[in-house]
Amino acid sequence: MSTSALHLAQDPSFGSPELARHEASGHGEGGPAPKRIVVGYGFWIFLLSDVIMFSAFFATYAVLFKSTAGGPSARELFDLHNTAAETACLLASSFACGMASLAVGQRSQKWTQVALLVTGLLGFAFLVLEAREFSGFVARGAGPGRSAFLSSFFTLVGCHGVHVSAGLLWLGTMMAQFYAKGFRVDIRHRFLCFSLFWHALDIIWVAIFSLVYLVGTLPPELLP
Amino acid sequence: MSNEFEYDAGSYVGSDRVPGGPTEEGSGLRREVRGYLLGLALAVVLTIASFWAVETHAIYRPGAAVALLVLAVAQMGIHLVFFLHITTDPDNANNSLALAFGALIVCLVVFGSLWVMSHLNHNMVPLHQLMQMQS
Repeated sequence: MSTSALHLAQDPSFGSPELARHEASGHGEGGPAPKRIVVGYGFWIFLLSDVIMFSAFFATYAVLFKSTAGGPSARELFDLHNTAAETACLLASSFACGMASLAVGQRSQKWTQVALLVTGLLGFAFLVLEAREFSGFVARGAGPGRSAFLSSFFTLVGCHGVHVSAGLLWLGTMMAQFYAKGFRVDIRHRFLCFSLFWHALDIIWVAIFSLVYLVGTLPPELLP
Repeated sequence: MSNEFEYDAGSYVGSDRVPGGPTEEGSGLRREVRGYLLGLALAVVLTIASFWAVETHAIYRPGAAVALLVLAVAQMGIHLVFFLHITTDPDNANNSLALAFGALIVCLVVFGSLWVMSHLNHNMVPLHQLMQMQS
């Protein structure tokens, strides 16, 4: 890993595929980083900006948590059984997405499609559970217009739901691209971005179920 | 781009390998599946612990909210390492630094907002007093 650019230039095997993974050490020496690293890094920056946007929604929710305007509080509304089911769906979906990336690494069309289908179905199950919960709230007169608390709740959790919906559309196009174009390097780079996106959504859901649902159902005297 | 250690999710090139990442010896796929399974198991354990912490009296009750925060941060760490493959590997240095900066901004936004708003609440004249002053 300590081969400098000068050594590489003198090396007769310079530019050969075997050397490709030693070109950039990540410490500022060697050639440019492989495209896969650059693509992943760029998308990671986007994901972090998305997380920062969510942090603003989290802060809004935390500030407005007690502003129920006489309406129902978090403790009265939330059903933790539903939250547990949603969490299970999304965690299993994230795991299935990991299996899909291993199947892509093995260039197995069958297992890639199966794992992506499972990923998508579990993501869809999550969306169904969330839609049922939201419509139940609205039916009980606890829609987003009821109080500042509910406005911030629907904005935060709804924004995550919108991300999952967009992820499902993306997942469908990824399945079609793998089917139609095979494991081309540009398709694999797109799939790398998709898998990062899908895992990041699960991380945001961890924050939502812990800090919104579980902390929200604690008895009021235990909250700061 | 055709070496055997090219994987699509995460970065593996370097000496510091992720759990379940490929090694020179043994079957790479089996190790990776094991890595994902370990991540899944840890995430499930932490999730169950979170739901348990809401009900239990085993932990000091006024500390329940803090316990939930700690469990959430721990589970995010598990996801980052086992699913997103963020490591201290040289190829991952930029990713880790960007993550550290992102975490700093998130903390500033969330705790800063809560701090400022709680001070505003403390220092603000209560609404009924404000109406009396105006009349």
